[in-house]
Amino acid sequence: MGTLDTTQTPGTATGVRTPGRASIPDRHLRTDRWWLAPAVTVAVLTAFVIYSTWRAFANSDYYAAPYVSPFYSPCLATNCVPMPAGADVQVFGPWWGISPALLVLIFPLGFRLTCYYYRKAYYRGFWAAPPACAVAEPHPKYSGETRFPLILQNIHRYFFYFAVIFAVILSYDAALGFRNAAGQWGHMGLGTLVLLGNIALIWLYTLSCHSCRHVVGGRLKNFSRHPVRYRMWTWVGKLNERHMALAWASLVSVALADFYVYLVASGTFHDPHLF
Amino acid sequence: MTTQVERHSYDVVVVGAGGAGLRAAIEARSQGMRTAVICKSLFGKAHTVMAEGGIAASMGNVNENDNWQVHFRDTMRGGKFLNQWRMAELHAKEAPDRVWELETWGALFDRTKDGKISQRNFGGHEYPRLAHVGDRTGLELIRTLQQKIVSLQQEDKKEFGDYEARLKVFQECTVTRILTRAESGSAADSRVCGVFGYVRESGRFFVIEAPAVVLATGGIGKSFKVPSNSWEYTGDGHALALLAGAQLINMEFVQFHPTGMVWPPSVKGILVTESVRGDGGVLRNSDGKRFMFDYIPEVFKEKYAQDEAEADGWYTAPDTHRRPPELLPRDEVARAINAEVKAGHGSPHGGVFLDVSTRLPAEEIRRRLPSMHHQFKELADVDITAEPMEVGPTCHYVMGGVDVDPDTAAATGVPGLFAAGEVAGGMHGSNRLGGNSLSDLLVFGRRAGLYAATYAAELAGSRPQVAEEQIEGAAAEALRPFSAEYAGNTDTVDGRPENPYSLHQELQQTMNDLVGIIRRAGEMEEALHRLADLRVRSRTAVVEGHRQFNPGWHLAIDLRNMLLVSECVARAALERTESRGGHTRDDYPQMDRLWRKSNLVCELAEYRGVITGQDPAMGQIKLTRRDMLPIRADLLALFEKDELLKYLTDEELSA
Amino acid sequence: MSYRGRFKIWRGDAKGGALQEFVVEVNEGEVVLDIIHRLQATQAPDLAVRWNCKAGKCGSCSAEINGRPRLMCMTRMSVFDESETVTVTPMRTFPVVRDLVTDVSFNYTKAREIPSFVPPPQLGPGEYRMQQEDVGRSQEFRKCIECFLCQNVCHVVRDHEENKTAFAGPRFLMRIAELDMHPLDAAEETGLDRKSTAQDEHGLGYCNITKCCTEVCPEHIKITDNALIPLKERAADRKYDPLVWLGSMIRRRRTD
Ligand SMILES: Cc1cc2nc3c(=O)[nH]c(=O)nc-3n(C[C@H](O)[C@H](O)[C@H](O)COP(=O)(O)OP(=O)(O)OC[C@H]3O[C@@H](n4cnc5c(N)ncnc54)[C@H](O)[C@@H]3O)c2cc1C
Ligand code: SF4
Ligand code: SF4
Ligand code: FES
Ligand code: FES
Repeated sequence: MGTLDTTQTPGTATGVRTPGRASIPDRHLRTDRWWLAPAVTVAVLTAFVIYSTWRAFANSDYYAAPYVSPFYSPCLATNCVPMPAGADVQVFGPWWGISPALLVLIFPLGFRLTCYYYRKAYYRGFWAAPPACAVAEPHPKYSGETRFPLILQNIHRYFFYFAVIFAVILSYDAALGFRNAAGQWGHMGLGTLVLLGNIALIWLYTLSCHSCRHVVGGRLKNFSRHPVRYRMWTWVGKLNERHMALAWASLVSVALADFYVYLVASGTFHDPHLF
Repeated sequence: MTTQVERHSYDVVVVGAGGAGLRAAIEARSQGMRTAVICKSLFGKAHTVMAEGGIAASMGNVNENDNWQVHFRDTMRGGKFLNQWRMAELHAKEAPDRVWELETWGALFDRTKDGKISQRNFGGHEYPRLAHVGDRTGLELIRTLQQKIVSLQQEDKKEFGDYEARLKVFQECTVTRILTRAESGSAADSRVCGVFGYVRESGRFFVIEAPAVVLATGGIGKSFKVPSNSWEYTGDGHALALLAGAQLINMEFVQFHPTGMVWPPSVKGILVTESVRGDGGVLRNSDGKRFMFDYIPEVFKEKYAQDEAEADGWYTAPDTHRRPPELLPRDEVARAINAEVKAGHGSPHGGVFLDVSTRLPAEEIRRRLPSMHHQFKELADVDITAEPMEVGPTCHYVMGGVDVDPDTAAATGVPGLFAAGEVAGGMHGSNRLGGNSLSDLLVFGRRAGLYAATYAAELAGSRPQVAEEQIEGAAAEALRPFSAEYAGNTDTVDGRPENPYSLHQELQQTMNDLVGIIRRAGEMEEALHRLADLRVRSRTAVVEGHRQFNPGWHLAIDLRNMLLVSECVARAALERTESRGGHTRDDYPQMDRLWRKSNLVCELAEYRGVITGQDPAMGQIKLTRRDMLPIRADLLALFEKDELLKYLTDEELSA
Repeated sequence: MSYRGRFKIWRGDAKGGALQEFVVEVNEGEVVLDIIHRLQATQAPDLAVRWNCKAGKCGSCSAEINGRPRLMCMTRMSVFDESETVTVTPMRTFPVVRDLVTDVSFNYTKAREIPSFVPPPQLGPGEYRMQQEDVGRSQEFRKCIECFLCQNVCHVVRDHEENKTAFAGPRFLMRIAELDMHPLDAAEETGLDRKSTAQDEHGLGYCNITKCCTEVCPEHIKITDNALIPLKERAADRKYDPLVWLGSMIRRRRTD
């Protein structure tokens, strides 16, 4: 999280040490464990990045009929393992030699990277801008999201649109989970529950998005003239209050769903059939 | 010693940036006058932010039977017919326009179903009449006016390249003297020529020369121990007016709000808005009894419910039920609570219980009374959606104030001086109805600004000049607490200088104990003695440190004002041998029709503008009794004869 | 019920100062401001502090208590351990005047830079009709008591003095959102687009939505979620959304 250079001379001091402000040498006077939240953020996000990088590049053990890992759906290259009735559309020819996950991950990744909540989390945790409230940040300059590249955060809504498409596809995947390994309908295994749980959280996370809240009604000036959109806005607003919790929950659930598929596909674990 | 004084010159100076002051400033500036606003605290923090319940205006949005006549009647009844009736009339007539105007400046009131401004019930108002925003109406009012001022400044910026070209706010500045100049040399024809004050931040002095000064300094609550008021309420405007030669009327009428917090001790007095009762809250004593039914006075018998069933019916069907007695005017409720506590039926911390938790669903309470919910949660650890509050009377409002012309708000006797808002007297008679203050601020704030502007314009070429010796005098007076002359003064009690904080505490204790809700002749005489003693001692109050933002010094200066005003209250209260509205005498418990038409007028006893105050036996205030103008016939005709009989003498009626 | 509490209070002025230690009596139910007042009355009569209402309504008594921006009159002593030393300093983003009092004129300057409410020309006083659901959003923002704690905590200016010219701060960006969501504001008809000026003239882009303003707001206004992010989305409508932009070129957008 960086430390401030305390040897600065007063004339060049900035931030809370700007001449004219109350002269207090400490960069903060907080007595609580303010570093805990950013530390946890860093730990969990780092763990996720490591895990997902490994899985995305692995290019193996992502399909265990009827379950597909959310990292690999839709699967858009010829080198995908065949997924009966699944979302494998071979748009990219055999020239695509590496993991097909890399073709699509940019979308969920971009969605989360530009998500208003994750932005807060990583600006605080990784960038220390600020590390916590009323704790001085170590940077000499700050321009926020006013210029390239961070100005690109403004395109979050496009990622939201794609996220909806992805959520539809993953729902389809989850529905396919009601088949058995042979492709017959009317069955269900533990994996089905895992995929269902994951897609439910993905939907809730996606719908609780601030851009979604804006699109469904937030952009209106008069709600009373649009009662349906007002109701939708109210509903999305309620979800939106839990956006942080949903962001974490769905992050964990995606990794878990993938890991479950990995376990089953790699033969480490046998998917228990419920019926 | 020559004092360094910063000088400015304006057409109109408004002292006070509460609702009245800001409205006056907006009006004066809109009339084309260069206007200065001075306030003790930051811009936008005046006492008006604390107003909670709402602003009374007979817009008839909720009950269309409402109109100005009904509002006028309620106001007169609330004030027990002692109101300056012309002010009550103007107030009732103009209040709706003043509220609507706020909307065009950006205010967002709560709405009715058909999109109009919603109105709520309040004590003493026959119909739902208070426009409101949750329970933070004062904040909305002050913010709207503040933002209107900003918008005028933006216009000036466009036109003159300077935000402050025609309207400037001098924040954190305290006025200690109104400067006057007698052209002929005789005090009798002196006119206003400016104000003198100090900048709190730096301690530097300033003079603003101006032919017209509007006082809008609010009230006097800080002279009492348990007030709902902030530190600003040291009665500055009342004192400034006296010192400039103006008169105060009705100073014996001090409103004790029935419901202030009583626990924890550090928040004692903080207001619990009347909307709690307006929205269904009931008062109970320690036996769980809804005691207000026992306290409905004769004059109100027909208007209020006699049992719980009828009272509860009123919230949903007000046309077929009479109002619950919890909504009696404030003086009645405050006295009732006082009596219950005295009789030993009080709550653990010396109040009574105010309960909404059993009356409304929790969700509804949080929506309608958000800041009450917040206030009790944060300050007392009480969840008002689940348990009752403990409440007791708190000093809230002073009905008395500067005697003004009802139409122009010009102070009697001092050309160029105007007063509006709580610092002005007359409008509310002996007791103010809830919600009538905010509307009063706007109606008379506007009038004061308008007529001050007119006055300044008419005076154009012949503005009185500020006299240098007056500035020197004012500066010396302000610096007295620092002067070494007093530090080692042998006159002081046991030769030690006085601490202004202790003097203030003694003053508050005196007023609370001896001139509080229930008054007795002996106690008030005692109070006058103690006040005289405090006055002598206050001259030896010494402060430490330097002039830059020094609260001890500020308090030492404010003490002069509090002592003057407290003496007015005590003297007038001793003189009025009856009980009426905000003045209750144990030794004269009845209302007396003969006293109805009399105002008690306070003015400075010694020669104009100077107080020596050395002799404790000598008061500083001269009290006279003055008859009011008879109420205009068409206004009297708005009442039933039977009702008038309770207030007016037979001669008045037959005249 | 009462105990002797230990306090460190910053005393000084623009030229310098330091934390000074005090031991003061603390009684049940008291708030930090009570302690400051007791200090004034007993040990430090010239200790400068700004306050008015002592009821959390005026937003005057802002300071930093144990490093966290708070209202002194709404911080109960019971949240601290009796053995804990409570540190009180002035707000650290604004120039100090004396002791706990800071010069908050930055905020008044910013307030003036935000274009005011534009009344709809076709409606006179008394003719305004608005539904509760239409005023609800702006009403939340109007709960603001202008304590400036959000302005103080926001790292954009707290940690970067040089950003003060370009950045209006959360309180005043919220003011823009309030007006943009006002159902009858007619700014657009006068050619003023609050959405894009928020970004272009008032520094909305500096905010990186790290939510410290929301964390400290004593009125519990959801500044970031309900004002700043929606405002960013509205700015995006204007500036970064080709679809909306195209739409607005094709038909003069209805003012809904
Ligand atoms: C808790 C509470 C709740 C209330 N609720 C309601 C309600 O719901 N409805 C209602 O109608 N009324 C209500 N009132 C009453 C009402 O709020 C006040 O009477 C009213 O706000 C007074 O306004 P004003 O403009 O006269 O003065 P204020 O708003 O008090 O302003 C006084 C101004 O004068 C300045 N000033 C004072 N002395 C000096 C000096 N010497 N030099 C320079 N400036 C000075 C101050 O700084 C301040 O700016 C309530 C009062 C309280 C205390
Ligand atoms: S959310 Fe934005 S405005 Fe609020 S404190 Fe953070 S950077 Fe500042
Ligand atoms: S938004 Fe909240 S924190 Fe900011 S000034 Fe207003 S009340 Fe204070
Ligand atoms: S997904 Fe988090 S804000 Fe859009
Ligand atoms: S003193 Fe008013 S908010 Fe603390």
